[in-house]
Amino acid sequence: MSEITPSQTVGPFFAYGLTPVGRCDWDPNGTYSWKNSVESNLVTPDVSGTRIRIEGTVFDGDNKPINDCMIEIWQADAQGRYASPGDNRSLPNTQFKGFGRSATDKAGIFAFDTIKPGAVPGPGGKPQAPHIVVAIFSRGMLRQVYTRLYFSDEAANAADPVLGLVPADRRGTLIAHKEGGEPPLYRFNVHMQGDNETVFFEI
Amino acid sequence: MSLIYPTKSLENFPKHLTPGYKSTVKRSPTKPLMIIPHTLSELTGPIYGHNAVQEGDNDLTKQHKGEPLGERIIVHGQVLDEDRRPVKNALVELWQANACGRYVHNVDQHPAPLDPNFTGAGRTVTDDNGAYKFITVKPGAYPWGNHPNAWRPNHIHFSVFGHSFVSRLVTQMYFPGDYLFPFDPIFNSVTDEKARNRMVASFDLENTVPDWALAFKFDIVLRGREATPLDNDDHH
Ligand SMILES: [Fe+2]
Repeated sequence: MSEITPSQTVGPFFAYGLTPVGRCDWDPNGTYSWKNSVESNLVTPDVSGTRIRIEGTVFDGDNKPINDCMIEIWQADAQGRYASPGDNRSLPNTQFKGFGRSATDKAGIFAFDTIKPGAVPGPGGKPQAPHIVVAIFSRGMLRQVYTRLYFSDEAANAADPVLGLVPADRRGTLIAHKEGGEPPLYRFNVHMQGDNETVFFEI
Repeated sequence: MSLIYPTKSLENFPKHLTPGYKSTVKRSPTKPLMIIPHTLSELTGPIYGHNAVQEGDNDLTKQHKGEPLGERIIVHGQVLDEDRRPVKNALVELWQANACGRYVHNVDQHPAPLDPNFTGAGRTVTDDNGAYKFITVKPGAYPWGNHPNAWRPNHIHFSVFGHSFVSRLVTQMYFPGDYLFPFDPIFNSVTDEKARNRMVASFDLENTVPDWALAFKFDIVLRGREATPLDNDDHH
């Protein structure tokens, strides 16, 4: 019998505690008198790989942008290694943490500056296409939802073991679309409900 | 350490769609969540050393010129995994309303005063025993728009990181014996009574500091169990 502590909603007022500085523009002065523990910019001076920007909107069941949402991302470095004790290939001396957090702003937009992750080992040693694990927290969500972000310009998507489990007509909801620019922008919109409802994972 | 993360534990969590909490209706998935194998991406998670927090970040009563109004309290406990092993170096963040039930967040405009000496945010990292400690003031109850005359029980919001990204937890800590419990759809979104009561801190006389502050103990149990050969067989 699990003694686990249940999840509860992050609520509408997390910004001054969890994302006090940066994209959160709820405060009239732009920031609260507190500091970020986790940034939306994951790029460290020593990190190698292709710099990218990820931007998106989370839509509710009425197709309205959710403006009190917090998005967290977890990703490997460009060589496909996680900065975590759970990955024994990780380089202890790199500063890249692979973890980021962004609130949505008043227009419901979140954004991350990071590097494109490399391919990561998957079940049975089969490689997984480059991807980012995404957790979404919001008022009205009693627990986070998890999804994955894949990249539209990766041929490896076709053989990805997780994407392969997703019905073909819903796979597109997990693809961030390259829009160009420098660094290149990938757009990743999330739909909680509706015809384009994003695939969420029970993990 | 290589752990397994049984999804069965998630049965203790609220359902995404909990209509009594109205905001869930348009913000919960309508299609069944897909179960996928736990890969390296799920089994790893961010690590935050002691550089993520600074000295004093866990004392919410010392962030301004003066001391905040309200009942000074100590909130402490242990972060554990499901086998009750301490989770050390875990980043624990909290945020809360002031003693009058008002949040600093500028969307909260209900007619209760702000306290110039209280922001209501703190963070710390657990020690080698998984222990954490905050000094703060007891938050007040506050009204919300979910239904007529809706009030949230006193609570402190917690955000915690465990061994992996799947053990990531955002929750709320409640205070023992709150008369608002029966009326709160968020608290009652956890339908199992025992699981629900694990969100309620216990009054901790032993750690109360005489003439200074009452203490409450709140242990946080995150997903994750030690892998055993049997469990591994189950899992794959
Ligand atoms: Fe709250």
